[in-house]
Amino acid sequence: MTPILELRDVEAGYGPFRALFGVSLAVEAAEAVALVGANGAGKTTLARVASGLVAPSAGTVLVDGEEIGSGRPSAWRFVRAGVAHAPEGRSVFASLTVEENLALSFHRAFGRAGLAGALDRAYELFPRLGERRTQVAGTLSGGEQRMLSLARVLVESPRLLIADELSLGLAPMIVDQVFETLGRIRAAGTALLIVEQQVGHALELCDRAAVMEHGLITWQGPSNEAGAVLESRLFETGAAR
Amino acid sequence: MSGAAGFFEDLFRGLLQGTPPGAVYALIALGFVLTYKTSGVFNLAFGAQAYISAAMYFKAHTLWGWPKWAALVVSAFVLAPLIGLVLERLIFRHLRTASAVSKLVVALGLSVALPELFNQAARFTAVAGRQITGIMPDGSSVFYDPFGVYRFNRDELAMMAVALAATLLLAALFRFTMIGLAMRAVVESPRMTELSGINADRTSAFAWALSSTFAGLAGVLIAPRFNSLISTDFFTLVVIAVAAAAVGKLVSLPRALLGGLGLGWFIAVFNTFLPRWSGDHTWLRPFQENLTPSLPFVVLFAILVLWRAIGREREASDPLSGVDPPPPALAALERHPKLTLFTRLFGVGFVAVVGSVVWFRAGVLWMHLVTTAVIMAVIYLSVTVITGMAGQISLCQGTFAAIGGFTIFQMADRFNMSVLAAALLGAGVAAAVGALLSLPVLRLGGVWLAIATLAFAFFFDAVMVKFSWVGGGTTALLTGTRVPRPLVGPIDFASDRAFLVLAVVVLVVVSVVVIQLREGTVGRTLTALRGSEVAAASIGISAARARIVAFAVSAAIAGLGGALLSMHQQNVNYSTNFGPVNALFWLVIVVALGARTVEGAIQAGAAFALFEPLILKGDLLAWILRGDDHLPGLFPIPGSWRLVLFGMMAIQFARHPEGLVEHGKRRSAARINRWLEAREGAAS
Repeated sequence: MTPILELRDVEAGYGPFRALFGVSLAVEAAEAVALVGANGAGKTTLARVASGLVAPSAGTVLVDGEEIGSGRPSAWRFVRAGVAHAPEGRSVFASLTVEENLALSFHRAFGRAGLAGALDRAYELFPRLGERRTQVAGTLSGGEQRMLSLARVLVESPRLLIADELSLGLAPMIVDQVFETLGRIRAAGTALLIVEQQVGHALELCDRAAVMEHGLITWQGPSNEAGAVLESRLFETGAAR
Repeated sequence: MSGAAGFFEDLFRGLLQGTPPGAVYALIALGFVLTYKTSGVFNLAFGAQAYISAAMYFKAHTLWGWPKWAALVVSAFVLAPLIGLVLERLIFRHLRTASAVSKLVVALGLSVALPELFNQAARFTAVAGRQITGIMPDGSSVFYDPFGVYRFNRDELAMMAVALAATLLLAALFRFTMIGLAMRAVVESPRMTELSGINADRTSAFAWALSSTFAGLAGVLIAPRFNSLISTDFFTLVVIAVAAAAVGKLVSLPRALLGGLGLGWFIAVFNTFLPRWSGDHTWLRPFQENLTPSLPFVVLFAILVLWRAIGREREASDPLSGVDPPPPALAALERHPKLTLFTRLFGVGFVAVVGSVVWFRAGVLWMHLVTTAVIMAVIYLSVTVITGMAGQISLCQGTFAAIGGFTIFQMADRFNMSVLAAALLGAGVAAAVGALLSLPVLRLGGVWLAIATLAFAFFFDAVMVKFSWVGGGTTALLTGTRVPRPLVGPIDFASDRAFLVLAVVVLVVVSVVVIQLREGTVGRTLTALRGSEVAAASIGISAARARIVAFAVSAAIAGLGGALLSMHQQNVNYSTNFGPVNALFWLVIVVALGARTVEGAIQAGAAFALFEPLILKGDLLAWILRGDDHLPGLFPIPGSWRLVLFGMMAIQFARHPEGLVEHGKRRSAARINRWLEAREGAAS
């Protein structure tokens, strides 16, 4: 079966700075993969390459076995092929209202007719957003902005969701709720690629894990073995420094 | 008729009279807001786009005899959006995530290049006195007088109707349609928009086509108000209309409409009553004479300074800006020490060769050009300080330079003061004015500061220069603003060679000062502020103080350079050297070549003075071939090529916003570093 997303020997970086040195990774349909590793290992860059935000400088990125965008960054093609990306940090349009932020994604995904229903589902997921639907997103708190950028992708239930540091800046209770939702959309058939510092949560949710170090994937395997691997690796690299 | 009734009738007439010009301001302000909202560009080239459509309409209707509707369709609905699409594809797409400075510089460059390119391409020359006819049949000769106090003609009514309709339609577009929402989203973050599944490139192409169409329509509608079609008139109109756009904080269309109308009303009412009152109160008369022409600029400056809400909100930053490569360090910091040594030796050698050629061989003309290049480099170093180091856009550097020039003129003329002392005094006066000007505009950032300084430059141009204690008044009209060359002991700088040496010495001193400033506390402070004002404040840096210092130093350098230039030409020549529009291109040329380094300023000075005679007119070739007779038929290149080159420079700059010289340096450094590494690798 062709994987939804496949990276083959991908190298990528920012200007003169290289962050990935030949990474290969595949995500099959309805599979959940956790990407773990120390800060600066290249996890976020990998997520950006996988969603078309950053074009690889070498290697190929395949969606359903086909190359998209012919080497130029074109995230919108990835989105239309069913690959959604929730980037790290406060990734919202600060000058638009909460509702406009959501409508931008939902209108494309559900059409004008489905827009109202999608908005309702988003507000159901995060009632706080419903209370602030006419507020400009830049004035929301950090956690609320996080909810907004998650609501955008969680309601849509794409074929593959790439989530970068989901839990950053959220209260523990909300984090639990977010992972619960992830579990739900996973059960409904969405594949997941999760970059997460809260390793415990992530490994629990996923079947498979990939460990990144210095721009390379150094270990891949079942997620229940990843914990032990990770501990020894981090210990080693820590000692080496 | 009682006095009160007469007053109200006059007031009412003033308001009606102010409505058509108010609609002009409103149309431009609407277009300006539309472009800013949908592309994030503070589009000072809007006037140039409007001019092109107006000229096309004139050519098609008046010269070719096309019917009005066909001329309108071709000029505003075909040509204008096409230009917008080309600009987006070639230039602005690459600038989407660039800084406000880069976008503004490109827009300024385009505002000169576009009209000239059109004039060359369409062989269009404006004929004075031959007016463009409006879009309505008998537009300027059929009048309507709804209230019995003021008559509107058909063209004016059409213009007002279009302004109102455009406001409603565009507001609806943004309020109710997805494309309106998507255009706003792209300005803030093209990446985030793409993550919503929207094609950002296509959205911004649509945005440019839309706003350019509007520019074209506005151009055709307002052109009948001018006696002849001149592109600078359109530029000035855009600067005025910015006041109206500022009322809507650049984003609100209805407020831009009201702002435009309000500006028109204010000016008309002011012009109705001030002459009358100054008949009774003579102390008002100088105000009336001097303030009236500059009223729009005073209003603009006042709005920017007094309206607390303006400039307070920072530009919303792209949450995914981390996807962009970080701004590179100066090439000089990265390159191999051997290369640095080599370039220094080469530089010294180059200067020595050129210097000796100029010293021993150059005639009067070449001596003059080289001296101009050196002096312009001094003036351009003021841009290096304010824009390159402090990251602030000042569009009144010409005014500071003019202050230096006028100071030595006045001091020498009235007090017979030594010119060199007067030049230092001029620098001091310019520094004081710069520091004073920086106070009210302290809280303004980015484009707001640019426009406030531009308003100041136009104000100086329209009001201050007229005062006899500045520009010399009526005596200057007769005798010119003459400035003597300095005479120090036995050295008479009336000799061109001696003066060139003086200019070079000043350039070296100012360069050293700028480098010291950059490496010292002030420079580090400014670098920190450029990175993040909030972060800088959190470690105890006062943004206000650093900015005042930067303004004062920059103004002093400009003043000194202006004084030198006046000495060199033995005349201040205010409007050719320092006029507000001319001085805009100082910023363009310095930023395009490299605003962060001293070399950038020196190369900009050389390019300003020498590029045209040396390369375009083929003088270098003629000199190498020893005589004009040996020139091949290819030379000289016609002057229009300069503008093509200017346009190409804008395109290149859009891809390398750090400056073209800096980009070249970095590329060669990278290449040589690779070569050296390969060689060292082979050796070991």
